[in-house]
Amino acid sequence: MFEAVSFYLFAFLVIVSFWIAVTTSQALYALTALAAGMILISGFYFTLGADFLGAIQIIVYSGAVLALYAFGMMFFDTTRNVKEKNPKRVITGTLALLATLLTIVIVGAPIVSENIVAFYPSVESVGNTQEIGVVLFTKYLVPFEVAAVMLLVAMIAGIVLAGKKMDISLTKLSDDEIEKQKAEELI
Amino acid sequence: MEITLNHYLVLATILFGIGLYGVMRRKNLLMLFFATEILLNSVNIGFAAISHYYGDLTGQMFAFFVIAIAASEVAVGLGLLIVWYKRHNSIDLDEMTMMRG
Repeated sequence: MFEAVSFYLFAFLVIVSFWIAVTTSQALYALTALAAGMILISGFYFTLGADFLGAIQIIVYSGAVLALYAFGMMFFDTTRNVKEKNPKRVITGTLALLATLLTIVIVGAPIVSENIVAFYPSVESVGNTQEIGVVLFTKYLVPFEVAAVMLLVAMIAGIVLAGKKMDISLTKLSDDEIEKQKAEELI
Repeated sequence: MEITLNHYLVLATILFGIGLYGVMRRKNLLMLFFATEILLNSVNIGFAAISHYYGDLTGQMFAFFVIAIAASEVAVGLGLLIVWYKRHNSIDLDEMTMMRG
């Protein structure tokens, strides 16, 4: 009973906030609605017993990703209204609906007939976080390390792209050229 | 009134549809990024629900990797967007018609 109440409440709120996020013309409203939706989604994770995933959702999405977007909004001039040049709502909505259904049929049809069996069944006596630790560092160790390398690459790419004068390599310049660069900056 | 796996899958479908609608509708690239985040989140709900109802942790593992990919996508994407904005003073999708550097 309470599970049903919480499911329908969270479902309604998440759908409304994401709908606001994709339809509003104010960038600030979109960002705020997206943040609300992200936090509300973690409610589903806690209901489903995925405590660690819920905490990660709040920390990574509501903390890191939306802070980055807030920074981006400060950089780009988003105080004015965002203009959309695609006014035909019916066509866009129909296409989105059809594409969603098509994706679900394509992905879901091959596995509907098979009986899905749990690869790594969850243990009753252990908490969710502990279980995830065991599975992540045994069966999924290589993808975990690859994800770590990918995050490192993304960090370096972000610094190089957004930083100033990152296209000049100081190690490749001679001392005279470095002095020249310094003198130019002083002027 | 019991909540089954199908309830969660239908919800994930609805959110995926909202995200696709946003991707097709938006012309501002920052707003387009918001819509892609909605797509990734809807898939995560499906993963977590299947993980719960089949008693299997694989779904949650994939949700973690999806979150990691989303984080790095935001970092690289915003960096590229900043470079583009410095050069052209606009992040409108319709103006990105040329492919030379």
